[in-house]
Amino acid sequence: MTLLSVSDLHVGFGRDPEKSEVVHGVSFDLAAGETLALVGESGSGKSVTALSVNRLIDFGGGRVTRGTILLERQDGSQLDLVGAPEAELSRIRGAEIGMIFQEPMSSLNPVKTVGAQIGEAFRLHHGLSGRAVTSAAREALERVRIPDPVRRLGQFPHEMSGGMLQRVMIASVLACNPRLLIADEPTTALDVTIQAQIMALLAELRDETGMGMIFITHDIGLVAGIADKVMVMRDGRSVEQGALGAVLDDPQHPYTKHLLHSVPHFAHGKAVRCDGPGADGSERPAPALKVDDLTVRFNIKRTLFRPSQGNIHAVERVSFDLLPGETLGIVGESGSGKSTTARAILGLAPSSGRISATGQGLRPVQMVFQNPYASLNPRLAVEDLLAEPVLAAGHRFDADARERMHMLLDRVDLPADSLTRYPHEFSGGQRQRICIARALMLNPSVVVLDEAVSALDVSVQARVLDLLVDLQREFQLAYLFISHDMAVVERIAHRVAVVCRGEIVEMGPSAAVLSDPRHSYTRRLIAAVPNIARRRVHFDLDTSQVPSILHPAGWEPPEVRWLEVGPGHLAREEVA
Amino acid sequence: MSLLKALFRHPSGRIGATIVLVYLLLAAMGWIGLTPHDPLAQNRIARLQPPSARYWLGTDLFGRDVASRLMTGIGQSFLIAFLSVAVAASVGTVLGLVAAWFERFWDGILMRSMDILLAFPAILLAMLVVAVLGPGTWTSVLAIAFVYMPIFTRVVRGPALSLKNREFVDAARTFGSSTGYIVTRHLLLNIVAPLTVQVTLALAWALLTEAGLSFLGLGTQPPAASLGVMLSDSRNLMEMAPWLMICPAIAIMGGILGFNLLGDALRDILDPKTRVARA
Repeated sequence: MTLLSVSDLHVGFGRDPEKSEVVHGVSFDLAAGETLALVGESGSGKSVTALSVNRLIDFGGGRVTRGTILLERQDGSQLDLVGAPEAELSRIRGAEIGMIFQEPMSSLNPVKTVGAQIGEAFRLHHGLSGRAVTSAAREALERVRIPDPVRRLGQFPHEMSGGMLQRVMIASVLACNPRLLIADEPTTALDVTIQAQIMALLAELRDETGMGMIFITHDIGLVAGIADKVMVMRDGRSVEQGALGAVLDDPQHPYTKHLLHSVPHFAHGKAVRCDGPGADGSERPAPALKVDDLTVRFNIKRTLFRPSQGNIHAVERVSFDLLPGETLGIVGESGSGKSTTARAILGLAPSSGRISATGQGLRPVQMVFQNPYASLNPRLAVEDLLAEPVLAAGHRFDADARERMHMLLDRVDLPADSLTRYPHEFSGGQRQRICIARALMLNPSVVVLDEAVSALDVSVQARVLDLLVDLQREFQLAYLFISHDMAVVERIAHRVAVVCRGEIVEMGPSAAVLSDPRHSYTRRLIAAVPNIARRRVHFDLDTSQVPSILHPAGWEPPEVRWLEVGPGHLAREEVA
Repeated sequence: MSLLKALFRHPSGRIGATIVLVYLLLAAMGWIGLTPHDPLAQNRIARLQPPSARYWLGTDLFGRDVASRLMTGIGQSFLIAFLSVAVAASVGTVLGLVAAWFERFWDGILMRSMDILLAFPAILLAMLVVAVLGPGTWTSVLAIAFVYMPIFTRVVRGPALSLKNREFVDAARTFGSSTGYIVTRHLLLNIVAPLTVQVTLALAWALLTEAGLSFLGLGTQPPAASLGVMLSDSRNLMEMAPWLMICPAIAIMGGILGFNLLGDALRDILDPKTRVARA
């Protein structure tokens, strides 16, 4: 029995939706208890397709211009959602089709307690009141495996972590027992270990309730663990769809093959680079960047009504060397202090410890930021953007600098007429290329790449990584590559440092660390990375609390013992 | 140039820009003496004459030509409005940038003082300044500038504070860009759009405040003409010679309308969202 049957769906936007069509004739079926994964890059129409199913697209200026969306309702009747009146649709949304979004923080009201927000669903849809609402909300939280639900009910969204909030969102959506759940990139904003748990939770809940699920993702590695069927979308068309096994093992369309094979997938240390300095037996050069005991602490100030709370130990005694031509990958989850480390090295955060960089220029260390949309001043033309580092270093912007600018633009594959254009005229990948060219204007010896490819689409990501590798070889650059994405780090890093709560817990050659992790945190991190080779791996829900990095004033961390577990491979000794 | 083109494509921008241009032309003619009659020459024989072929907008109590006085009056009022807004905008912008850049102490001091200034009604505060400095053209420029300065400080400080924490400012810091470069190229350049809109709107208010001050005898001093002086002169002759009041009143209204339409159009044109759509 099909729960949802979409055929020949066309969706357009704006005044003339027929002309500005973004989804061109998509068809699929979904049975109860089944999961369909919609996979595609940004602009592929995957979200638009999903939002058309519950007609939320109408509120975003879109319109379904052709096709049918047949939904089997609770009472067994079939309804075509394309022609359904808005009043009918708003009853169906929530009650029969639930939806969870990417950002749990912005989907919840910050000034109401979690309990009040879940309770609202029970009040509205089930007509409960008083104590019945509270107990129903508690049960809902228990259902999504939130520990200590009674305390959680009284908390506000800002008191909870992203993973917990996403569970709360799922709980409030499930409160109405929807027959169909649409999950729009529900784990993209979350850390990998949390992502694995949310995926496990969704799969469990689907099996418990027998609901159908549409799972939207840009990461084809994610779907292996959850989907029954896969539909790969590109430019508003379905390029391939079929059963999970068939699509992953025997892809037919070149684009599916491209997604499966040319973009970085985590391979447990088998896809690492082996062109590092000293790899060919030559002598190891002097380090380009030496960091000793880097420590960043933020003081939580005493206020009128609050006594001093101590210090946030954001980065604690981080030390490493970085050789010319080498990439050190720094991996860790959000809040682990990896970005603060980068900012401290660039002098953007107050720090103690020794940082010494060697190079010819005034500023041998340069940085590329995560968000290419925010790191370029929208009011400056590319020429001015590239000239800024030169002027800032006190040089004249002369013929030599101009020549270098043209050379770099050519090296990062930007058209020659880019100079007079403004950032908004470029795509995300092109903007990141501008940022890379800008960082290279002063001929640095070290480039800090802070999540530099994380905001890009997977195929763009692959091309920017290739570019970075080429530039590294050409200019003998040392990269400090900061990322949460293991697959990307594996592709580019010669060595990897794993950071947890501001401290390095394991460091060594990529092949060793990624294939044979020794520290328990590294193991957990690697086990959580989504992987197409993995089908239906069961995750245990981990409900342990992360210990705080807020310590009272005067607190000093205990001495650390390092174990050498392989050549150059160090892991912290763990206290049992 | 492209901004002017965009203005004339925008429906209300076209009207606003035309009005302002016509006023500027009249003001310029008034300044260089291209008036039908001498605006100050008194003619005892032709007192309080209604509009005619010789006196297009009639004459006043002293037989001076209203049309000529209107042209020099517009010139005088516009001069005061432009000068005072220029002073208000530059001082206000600098103070706003200082408050946003240094935060904490300077932000507190500056913004609280601006709050105190904003608490007074504009005309009252302007009168206070004139009362201290004495009436006259230049003191009214200062008074009006003083009154509208806090608005510019506010308009600049908010966006500057948020721009300061953007990644491109962090990027500039990693290159070692100087504070001056960051403040002018990264902060100020991104605030030009709201600032331009604010300038046109402030011009409208300044025109009105100038008229108010002159009406009360605190601004431009007779016999020199300004729109407020002309209104003030017509006060007792309203029934006998209504053209004396109607002409400057319509001139003030038209000027304010022109600036407001221009401001609205600029707001649409300079909005980055619609900019992308145009490109």
